[in-house]
Amino acid sequence: MNNTAEPFIQIRNLHKSYGDLKVLRGINLDIPLGEMVSVIGPSGSGKSTLLRVLMTLERPERGGVRVGGEALYDVNAEGGTVLPPPDRFRALRNRIGMVFQHFNLFPHMSVLRNVTEAPVHVLGVPREKAKAEGLRYLDEVGLADKADAYPAQLSGGQKQRVAIARALAMHPEIMLFDEITSALDPELVGGILDLLARLGKKREMTMLIVTHHMRFAEQSSDRVLFFDDGVILEDGKPGDIFTQPEHERTRNFLRSVLEI
Amino acid sequence: MDGETLWDWGYALEVLPQLLQAMRITLMATVCGMGLALVGGLFLAILRRSRIPALSRAGFWIIEFIRGTPLLIQLYFYFYVLPDFGIRFSPFATGLFGLGLHYSAYMAEVYRAGIDSVPKGQWEAAVALNFSRRRTFFTLILPQAVPPVIPAAGNYLVAMFKDTPLLSAITVAELLYTAKDDIGSQTFRYIEPMTLVGVLFLAVSLISARGIRGLERKMELKT
Repeated sequence: MNNTAEPFIQIRNLHKSYGDLKVLRGINLDIPLGEMVSVIGPSGSGKSTLLRVLMTLERPERGGVRVGGEALYDVNAEGGTVLPPPDRFRALRNRIGMVFQHFNLFPHMSVLRNVTEAPVHVLGVPREKAKAEGLRYLDEVGLADKADAYPAQLSGGQKQRVAIARALAMHPEIMLFDEITSALDPELVGGILDLLARLGKKREMTMLIVTHHMRFAEQSSDRVLFFDDGVILEDGKPGDIFTQPEHERTRNFLRSVLEI
Repeated sequence: MDGETLWDWGYALEVLPQLLQAMRITLMATVCGMGLALVGGLFLAILRRSRIPALSRAGFWIIEFIRGTPLLIQLYFYFYVLPDFGIRFSPFATGLFGLGLHYSAYMAEVYRAGIDSVPKGQWEAAVALNFSRRRTFFTLILPQAVPPVIPAAGNYLVAMFKDTPLLSAITVAELLYTAKDDIGSQTFRYIEPMTLVGVLFLAVSLISARGIRGLERKMELKT
């Protein structure tokens, strides 16, 4: 944190493969604090994997990641990834939150309990305070009246709102959104995207959003990354990428998704 | 006594109270044995999942060893061999331990199936929210793993109940022992006590099967 010259998130030469399949092939990326970044690209291009590596759900083989001046993944002399000691790993993970495509709510807990469980047991917030705060987050996502409901009683859109409130309740500095509208009925997508845009405008978190909604990426984000075959092929302002992409691959991708 | 009668109601009614008394031992062995198996099974399931290879391997072999050898031999071993090493308990305590440990191995597999049925996304959400491994397992995963395997656990409960007559081999005065050694060998009439033992087992099995189905349905409604 003391090094002001260092970007908030710094990713260097990140590699990840599953067996023979190379999913990330050298990702280099700097993200300043508070930026809202949309990540687009064909499926299998590594977008979700990057988020999963940042959330520590997957371990990279090579390359490093620094968050707020601290190493999430260190690098040895050969460039291989080194994990930090477990306590530091866990401390850093507290600063990162994630929302998933399939919500992953805890089905045996009420909506409010879903939101308060981690603040109470991970951060040590007193239960009453966590409840008050949880209700505030539920209100923010428009679900204050569903606090006592169970996930099975909610629509997909409502589930995703709860998942967002649950992640927000941990006060993450970085929030990762992994195709969070892909499992929703079409008529529910707009509301979730509006909520995302609203969160982005508050500039309280650095946001990485993997999305298939080009209009959202274009209109709501500060920056767009185009992933192709495990590398970031294009990186720039939404206006530039959508109107005058540098690469033929980007043009083809945009043409194919915008035509549908 | 009329030796020509196949079934003597008077005699049957006479021995029934003694059998019901023995039934209490049988039920106690089942309930306590199942309690042990629920705890022991969870312990073995956790051991099996350990990230330390030696522990996980130990869990695997304990489960395989217990499941691969007959309960009767295990009981004989605990009752007749362990005292040679200075380990000696009452027949009932030895029986409980034997039943509990034997069914722990089966329950470990039941837990494993339940744990495997919890979607991967639940573990991932737990990582994203930075829950400790212990809390993830006990408060997030286990409560979801148990309801789907209640029928399987219930089947083992009934199976264990029906295995309790094996305890007669180590002189626990449960139903079979009472019918055979306390009653039958005194009077040399086996048909009434043995039939009653069978009927009692059947009755309790049917009742518990119903109870398990009810519990199952209640669990389904909750989710």
